[in-house]
Amino acid sequence: MPELRNMTLNFGPQHPAAHGVLRLVLEMEGETILRADPHVGLLHRGTEKLAESKPYNQSIGYMDRLDYVSMMSNEHGYVLAIEKLLGVEVPERGQYIRVMFDEITRILNHLLWLGAHALDVGAMTMFLYCFREREDLMDCYEAVSGARLHATYYRPGGVARDLPDEMPQYEKSQFRSDKDLERLNANRNGSLLDFIEDFTRRFPGYVDEYETLLTDNRIWKQRTVGIGVVTPERALQMGFTGPMLRGSGIAWDLRKKQPYEVYHKLDFDIPVGVEGDSYDRYLVRIEEMRQSNSIVKQCIDWLRENKGPINIVNHKFSPPKREDMKHDMETLIHHFKLFTEGYCLPEGEAYAAIEHPKGEFGVYLISDGANKPYRLKIRAPGFAHLAGFDEMIRGHMLSDVVAIIGTQDIVFGEIDR
Amino acid sequence: MADIDTLADRLKKIIPNLENNLSSQLGEITITVSAADIISVCQSLRDSEELQFDTLIDICGVDYSTYGQDEWSTQTASSTGFSRAVGQEDGPESPSDAFPSRFAVVYHLLSVSKNHRLRIRVFALDDDWPRVPSVISVWTSANWYEREAFDLLGIMFDGHTDLRRLMTDYGFIGHPFRKDFPLSGKVEMRYDPDTKRVIYQPVTITPRVLVPRVIRDDHRYSADDVPSDQKDSESNA
Repeated sequence: MPELRNMTLNFGPQHPAAHGVLRLVLEMEGETILRADPHVGLLHRGTEKLAESKPYNQSIGYMDRLDYVSMMSNEHGYVLAIEKLLGVEVPERGQYIRVMFDEITRILNHLLWLGAHALDVGAMTMFLYCFREREDLMDCYEAVSGARLHATYYRPGGVARDLPDEMPQYEKSQFRSDKDLERLNANRNGSLLDFIEDFTRRFPGYVDEYETLLTDNRIWKQRTVGIGVVTPERALQMGFTGPMLRGSGIAWDLRKKQPYEVYHKLDFDIPVGVEGDSYDRYLVRIEEMRQSNSIVKQCIDWLRENKGPINIVNHKFSPPKREDMKHDMETLIHHFKLFTEGYCLPEGEAYAAIEHPKGEFGVYLISDGANKPYRLKIRAPGFAHLAGFDEMIRGHMLSDVVAIIGTQDIVFGEIDR
Repeated sequence: MADIDTLADRLKKIIPNLENNLSSQLGEITITVSAADIISVCQSLRDSEELQFDTLIDICGVDYSTYGQDEWSTQTASSTGFSRAVGQEDGPESPSDAFPSRFAVVYHLLSVSKNHRLRIRVFALDDDWPRVPSVISVWTSANWYEREAFDLLGIMFDGHTDLRRLMTDYGFIGHPFRKDFPLSGKVEMRYDPDTKRVIYQPVTITPRVLVPRVIRDDHRYSADDVPSDQKDSESNA
């Protein structure tokens, strides 16, 4: 008998299924994994340290780059912490706009998760389908903020600007026939709200398409059912939140349990899993997309009826109108001070958490009364999930590594910060 | 969310000598615990029938050494008028004595079953060799959070079985989130055509302050301030 040794396998950091820059050191016995040691930090940019050197408003853009597939949700956690310390109340229209974009972001995130997860497991079509819908949602981002990904749209006290009355249209080009142009612009003739409403009408049909491809698909089930089972007790111990916790059967959602903004006025359900395996987490996220779609619809209805301010009017925190600056000295000074020095937060500390598409995204802010944070700590949901990766993967096969990375919805922007 | 006062009462029942170490601000309760007690306190918080803190949400290391220091004096005018951005070369002032020690570890707990939150602060007593017992035996999720706090701030966690660096590069020297660690770092990496390999060298970037750190305590930012469109006649420094 030859002597048998366990094999140590290096996975990543440049691996298409590693969802970014994950390096895994896997200790294997044959094809079975005995131990996994994730090496993270290859995307560490020191966001928290950078924020300590900048006035509060200048760090909003950094938040987009944390979890770069759910940009506005990250901003939301950050501005909520600032608002908590400042003690300002966001106008109701601002709150509805935020909730609407939070839910659009949730769909955006889950679509990328579904596409990438299915692609890892072998279903190429899903990726193309999901990116087709993401295109529309990113157009919404662009219409409201000017950027398709890194929006920097939320502000302490509200949002940067109101929803546009016109949806940007595709322009005539030599590469497009008139017929194509008409088709592309068919749902872009009204306002942004009309465009989103059209999307919410189409979207349930798209989710049905995804489910037709996956839910009863034999290969999909073989790759996900019984893979990465997490009991509710272990999920809590490992600090899991969001769909990872709900997949294990715990009905915990901050939007219901500790509601922020206007979630207590909206009607939606929290899906939970039974078995705690990858398949249940898939079902939970699919249902979450349907629920988010219904929340977006409710927000559109409210936003159509109610006009009003979208940001607080205190110009210590929000920029004044440019036309007012032309004839009012006080306003000019406010504008200058806001964009040079920023504003000071009262001394103290606050922790604000939101139900991010991936779980609980929290921002812990310590202020010593200055115009910059003294310490900013970002609680990223994916960090706790990846920390539990070793426990989830033990005893599984090598091919299940990608299935479990997929089900955890790993994005390195937020884990490495 | 459970009521803050009832939560405070329950905490006082379970943890002895809490009267002076409990504060509530903005609807959040913070308790300060000594490093020696942290494991027993965490265990009783997790196992108590009334509290059931089943999830450790976050561990955050804090370096309090420059707390309350600004780069722009706003209160007193010198002979040349109000100071402008103070250069970095002045070095930090004497460390703040508002805190018992330089480093602290802040734990955020959440009870999923009872729906309440708690913040625990532990000061690591020795400034040169800060040490705090590890709570990994109470919550598994402490593992990576403690590794992160060790990596970024150099706080040692006694009893942690695998206290390796997590975020920084292989072979990194120093703890980047300490307040005396420069923002631009200490070394930079480049390809050296002479030796034909990647080398590390001291940073060539000059540190600069774009916006000076200002502390204003004239309450102009309080939320119930008059909105400026009502033309208040306050002066801006």
